[in-house]
Order: sequence, then C-alpha cells, then structure tokens
Amino acid sequence: MNLDLLVAILMTVAGAATPLLIAGLGELVVEKSGVLNLGVEGMMLIGAVTGFAVATSTGIPVLGALAAMGAAAAASMIFAVLVLTLMANQVATGLALTIFGTGVSALIGAPFVGITTPTFGTIFPEALTASPLLRLVFGHSPLVYFGLILTVAVAWFLNRSRAGLILRAVGESDSAAHAIGYPVLKVRYLAILFGGAMAGLAGSYYSLVLTPMWAERLTAGRGWIAIALVVFASWRPGRMLAGAYLFGLVITMELQAKAAGFNMFAPELLAALPYLATIAVLAIISAAKRGGANAPACLGKPFRAAA
Amino acid sequence: MFETNRRRLLAGAATLAATSVVGLPARAQGKDKVKAAFVYVGPVGDYGYSFAHDQGRKFLEKELGDKVETSFVENVAEGPDAERVIRQLAQGGNDIVFTTSFGFMNPTLKVAKQFPNVAFDHATGYKTADNMGAYNSRFYQGRAVLGTIAGMMSKAGQGGYIASFPIPEVVMGINAFTLAARAVNPDFVTKVVWVNSWYDPAKEADAAKALLSQGVDVISQHTDSPAPLQAAEEAGVIAFGQAWDMSSFAPKAHMTAIVDHWGPYYVDEVKKLLAGDWKPRDIWWGMQEDILEMAPFNDAMPDDVKAAAQKIVDETKAGTYEVFTGPIKNQAGEEKVADGEKIPDGDLLKMDWYVEGVQS
Repeated sequence: MNLDLLVAILMTVAGAATPLLIAGLGELVVEKSGVLNLGVEGMMLIGAVTGFAVATSTGIPVLGALAAMGAAAAASMIFAVLVLTLMANQVATGLALTIFGTGVSALIGAPFVGITTPTFGTIFPEALTASPLLRLVFGHSPLVYFGLILTVAVAWFLNRSRAGLILRAVGESDSAAHAIGYPVLKVRYLAILFGGAMAGLAGSYYSLVLTPMWAERLTAGRGWIAIALVVFASWRPGRMLAGAYLFGLVITMELQAKAAGFNMFAPELLAALPYLATIAVLAIISAAKRGGANAPACLGKPFRAAA
Repeated sequence: MFETNRRRLLAGAATLAATSVVGLPARAQGKDKVKAAFVYVGPVGDYGYSFAHDQGRKFLEKELGDKVETSFVENVAEGPDAERVIRQLAQGGNDIVFTTSFGFMNPTLKVAKQFPNVAFDHATGYKTADNMGAYNSRFYQGRAVLGTIAGMMSKAGQGGYIASFPIPEVVMGINAFTLAARAVNPDFVTKVVWVNSWYDPAKEADAAKALLSQGVDVISQHTDSPAPLQAAEEAGVIAFGQAWDMSSFAPKAHMTAIVDHWGPYYVDEVKKLLAGDWKPRDIWWGMQEDILEMAPFNDAMPDDVKAAAQKIVDETKAGTYEVFTGPIKNQAGEEKVADGEKIPDGDLLKMDWYVEGVQS
C-alpha cells in the first residue's frame, strides 16, 4: 500500500468522523445534564439546509456555518420549552423534533435543490499541503480541527471546571442540585442550546464540506449514529473521539475493501459492523462492575421543583 | 369507533359484491377525470430517480390539464410501510396508483387484489395481475452510451461504479457499461462498490473517494444523489449523472446523464383510463419510445467520443444496436452468450452474473 493511498484513506476517515464527533459531543453535554434529546437528526437537517441557504446567498461559507448553528439552536429551544418548562415526555418530543426537522428542512430547501455552493477551503497555506504526510496534518477542512479542539474543551469543561461540575450534578441528582441552590432548568436550557448548535454545525458540515449541495434527508440518519455513539462512549468525551474515528474507519475500510476487490465478507455484514460494535461495547460496559455504564442518573427524567 | 368501522367494512363488502355481480369493473367504463397517485421511494428533492418520476407526474398534469388530478407520497420505505401507503391511496378514491420502485412490487400486488376497481402500475418489477401492470425503462441502453464514453476517455483503463443493491436491474447496468467500454478498450476494468442504499450522499461520496484512491479515472453510479459527481469534479475526473441532468453539480466532470423521461408513459396510461380501455400491460420501453434519453454531451468531450456516443444512441433508436449481443464472457472467462446471439429479455430481467472485466 503506498503512502498516497494511505493518506487518502485516513483523510476520508477524518471527514466521515468529524460530523459524528461534533454532533455527538453536543448530545453528550445534553445527556450529562440529564436530558435525552433524540432530535439530533432533525437539528442536523435544519443546520444543513440553513447553512447551505446562507452560504449560497452570501457566498461566505463561514456565515453559513454560523447560521446553521443559530437555526438548529433555535429549533432545540422548541424542544427545551416543551420538555423543561411544559415537562413533556423527552423521548416523544425528541422524535417529534426529528420529524419536524426533516419536514421543515425539505420546505426551506426546496428552492436550493440542484445548485452547488462555495465550500470551505483549507486554512493552512498551499505550501504546507504539498507532500502526502503534510497533507495528513494540514490538509483537512477547518471543522476537522474544530472537532479535535472541541473534544478537549468539552472534556476540560466537564471534568475540570466548576460550571461542568454543576452540570454533572444537575444530571446526576436534579433534586439535590436544586436543594443546594443550583438553577436546574437554566443549566439544562443552556446544555440543550449547546447541543442544538453543535448538531447544526455538524449538519452544515454535510451541506458545505462533505457533499456541497442540498438534497432532502441529506444527512441520511447520521444523527442517530451520533446518539448511539454517546452511549458507545459511555458519556466520556475522549471515548467519543475514539468512537467517532473508529466508526469513520470502519465505514471507509468497508468501501475501500470493496473498491480494491476484496470480498471476503458479505457487504451487508461489513455494513452492519459499526452497529454490532456498538451493541458489543454496550454489553461489555454494562457488565463491567466498576464504573458501570456511567449513564447520568437523571437521564430522561423530567424535573419538577419541589414546592 | 368500532361500529363505524364495521359498518364501513360491510359497505365495502357490499360494493365489492355489487361490482362482481355487474361483472364490469368501473375502470372499463371511461371517465371525465382521472385521479392518479404516485408513490416514490426517495424525496422528490433528490434530483435523481424520484425527482425524475415527479417530473413525469408534472408532465402528465401539463399534457392532460383538468382531465387529471395527481398526488404523490414521497420517502416511502420499501416494505410494510409501502403497503399501508398504497392501500390508503387506493381507498382515497384514486383511479390509478403508480408505484415507482422495485421494492414496492409485492405490496402493490397485495393491495391490487383487494381493490379490483383501481388500476395499479408498478415500475421496474416483473409481477402483474388483472388490474396491475408493469413498466420499465431500458436504462441499460443509456449505460452502453456511458460505457462507450468511459472506455474512450479513461487513461487508466479503469472505471469506478457505485452500485446500490445487487438486483438484476443494477447488475444489468454494470454489465452493459462494462461491455460497451470493453468494445472500445478491451482491457477496461470496472471496479464496483456496493453502498447498500439508493440514497446516502455522504456514503456515495466516500465510495467515490475510495474508488478514486484505487486509481480509477471515471466514476459511474447507480445510486440517486449527485454526491459522487461532486467527488469526481473535485478530483478532476469524468463522471455521469443518474436519472436526470446533474451538470449543475459538476460542470466539468459531468459528461452526460441517463435521463428518465417517464411522462409519455404516464400520459398514455391515463388517456387509456379516460377512454375506458385501460388494460394491465407489461412494457419495457427505452430510447425508441422516448422514455429514456441522454443529457447534452459536455463541451469538453472530444469530437470522436461525441460521435461514437451519438452513434450508439442513433443505432439504439434505429434498433440496429443492442449491447447484450454475443460473444459475451463471464468473469471466469467462459463464454455465456454465443457470437451474434442476443440475451432474451426474460434472462436480462433475471441477470445475476457479471461479464468479463467486472471486478466485484
């Protein structure tokens, strides 16, 4: 295997992993605060279409990405009001958000079908991407680096900062956190807002970088994989990074193996591998005595302040 | 609730009994206006296969004006969900239901048996019934044009093919593409990647990248999104659109496209219903009947390639060219079709083997 090929494969892996990582980290923070938002796919689609619309209208992809974050965050606020203030069922509301996002993105996107958009370039100068190895370090889309920085930032926030400690406290025991004076609902609102913005950014990665176009259901179910990865990562940012890249590697290798003419396994089996891996990891971490699955204790439960 | 349902059920049964007594299905009597419904597997905004069917629906509305009223349901999964949707459309007073994807075949058949007064037409399948016709397009005729262009323009002598599911329709396309390419370049190899989806832009793009890193310099696809074309544009190689002219996505890479033009068939079917002489047909039309055409050739295409591609189109229309004409060898190099012999339609529709030069 020559170096060019290897670098090409690894760059595709990073491309496939990045949106899963960004959306997954957003959902991880939301779940750490005790809220289960199944609307990731819907918010990603809203982000993808808004990002595309703004980028084509203004010609500036960065504005598109920012608008994507804003639009998806706004959609996540609908979810937040319903589940936090009105205490609706989180699973049902999250699913509704995905269905809503699918529909509304198709509606917004109708005039944008069939055109293409300016896309992000690389941020480093040409000279730095001349050789394959340099390209592997400097040749990615800016969002790939953002995903890596975000992983460190979220890990630091959750484990080292006071605000992160409060967020985890809210997710582990909302009534105790409330009793010692922390604003449970406010923390959860902010967490959902962050999760929405990240889902929107991940969505815009599809419509602005990976496949610079808009078509209905552009993300084709990646939001659900991001949610599964949160569980796969057992709510730890570092494992989220590993999980997203592992997933990217598996889907890329599946396609590479087929392109190279290796057909030792049925393609269906290879395609199912990432999901089988998720189930296996779930089984292992649930069976492990110490640490356990690490799920936030209040995940998915509505909070009603004691009078 | 239960009462109403049961009453409706009884009323329905009575209607059924009444028509069978008369012995003349309502559709045989002619109509002033036809209600036609369409079921799509993907979103109409896919700019590919489902989009092309929807263009056919719009063509029908334009041609027949107020004699027809159309509706459609998009994003219908192939399976139990399809049956529910089709039944609902049949119950909703539609005179004809077009189900436009291979996987809708069995659900359509099942519902057709329950609604003898409604006409059904299923695309790209092989089952028919007293009130269910089948229609298909000879996409492979277009694939032969693409293969000719690929064989002449590829410097590497290798083409990548992004395929959805290993059904006869797709296998036939891969074979037609490869046969035509090898007719102009006997060493041409087609590398196939299955993505197990009709529509997954990110995966289609990654598959194109995987093929490009393996050294192919032509990308062809039997999936529905323009994502592989964009990957080809970025890599500076040539590619072809699927189901519709996709040149806006890849102005340099897009050489031509197989354009599905279902409209004339839909008009024909509805006209027959209006006249009262609709009967289920099993048609397999192609370039000759104008339901399949090629998008304009890219200006960057050399003149000799344009001429060769146009020759395939002209001879296909004239009925003098058929890509599945022997001698044809399989992957193992054994002769499957003798010199001068043509593969009969029945065998094409069941095709489950690859010709020499396909790497899958």
